[in-house]
Amino acid sequence: MTDIEKYILRIADTTLILSQRLSEWCSKGPSLEEDIALSNISLDLLGQANGLLEYVSKLNGEISPDEYAFKRDEREFYNFQICEIENGHFGDTIMRQFLIDIYFKLYYQELEKSKDETLSALATKSLKEVSYHLRHSSNWVIRLGDGTQESKDKIQKSLNNIWKYTGEFFEMDELDKKMLEEKIGVNNKNLKKDWDKLVDETLNMAKLKRPEDGYMMTGSRKGIHTEMLGKILSEMQYLPRAYPDAKW
Amino acid sequence: MEATIWEVFIQSKNGLAHKHVGNIHAEDKEMALQNARDLYTRRNEGSCIWVVKSEYIVSSVPEDEESFFDPSNDKVYRHPTFYKMPDGSKHI
Repeated sequence: MTDIEKYILRIADTTLILSQRLSEWCSKGPSLEEDIALSNISLDLLGQANGLLEYVSKLNGEISPDEYAFKRDEREFYNFQICEIENGHFGDTIMRQFLIDIYFKLYYQELEKSKDETLSALATKSLKEVSYHLRHSSNWVIRLGDGTQESKDKIQKSLNNIWKYTGEFFEMDELDKKMLEEKIGVNNKNLKKDWDKLVDETLNMAKLKRPEDGYMMTGSRKGIHTEMLGKILSEMQYLPRAYPDAKW
Repeated sequence: MEATIWEVFIQSKNGLAHKHVGNIHAEDKEMALQNARDLYTRRNEGSCIWVVKSEYIVSSVPEDEESFFDPSNDKVYRHPTFYKMPDGSKHI
């Protein structure tokens, strides 16, 4: 696998696994409207994953987008661990989404400037979707944070629990550095300042307290994941693995 | 969830009137707009959305039907049926 293929897989996997997680809300949303909103977001992310996997597949020339999604094992996935954590209650899902949406907004804004034209175009397309996702999630963070005592306590707890998964957004490993040098990738470290600022803006309106940066989970860039990824993959990959080449 | 009901109106393209398409549940204006967008514009139906709390809609009642609408039945001169429509004119 070439460097750029691996680099794109990281973004593709993050959108794919998050999409799969969100899709678990389908038919279980707190209201019909919210059910559809979460499913819409899940489908947007699946579309982003699809575009990216098609591009990796084209660069690779041998492995199809479906094979990337359905034939790889845990250690060959490079999604951020934050996508794997369980949906929990509605506030947990919203908080996870909010923290990721801001990251994606900033990341895609930088990726738009990539020397690689396909990546740049995919970033532009995704930005429109992400802006809407962020509007949805940040409004809910404010509503729940500045809502009742119970909703405030719950979502503050969600925030505290999820915080340790946000460190991965801003890591720079050898591959990131190389891609940055080649003007293909993004300087993740530089995103942190704006990310903190945007997070704070909404948290202030929501009257929530930002946790201190403490111990941060890490490893996804090397294919190291939480125990939850295996369960996601076994559900996501079950059909194509049990019935290879099954057609719709 | 005991949410307020909002009526949704979609304008399919610039210049046309907004058309009632249905209703949704939402707690506030912003949520109403987003829910309407998610439910009613999934297939590129619109360019503008209005949402209005259902309680603000004033409706006539079936009992009024005769006094409201029957009197116009026999006033044929109110219909512009004596004009020829120019070819190609739309939305009239």
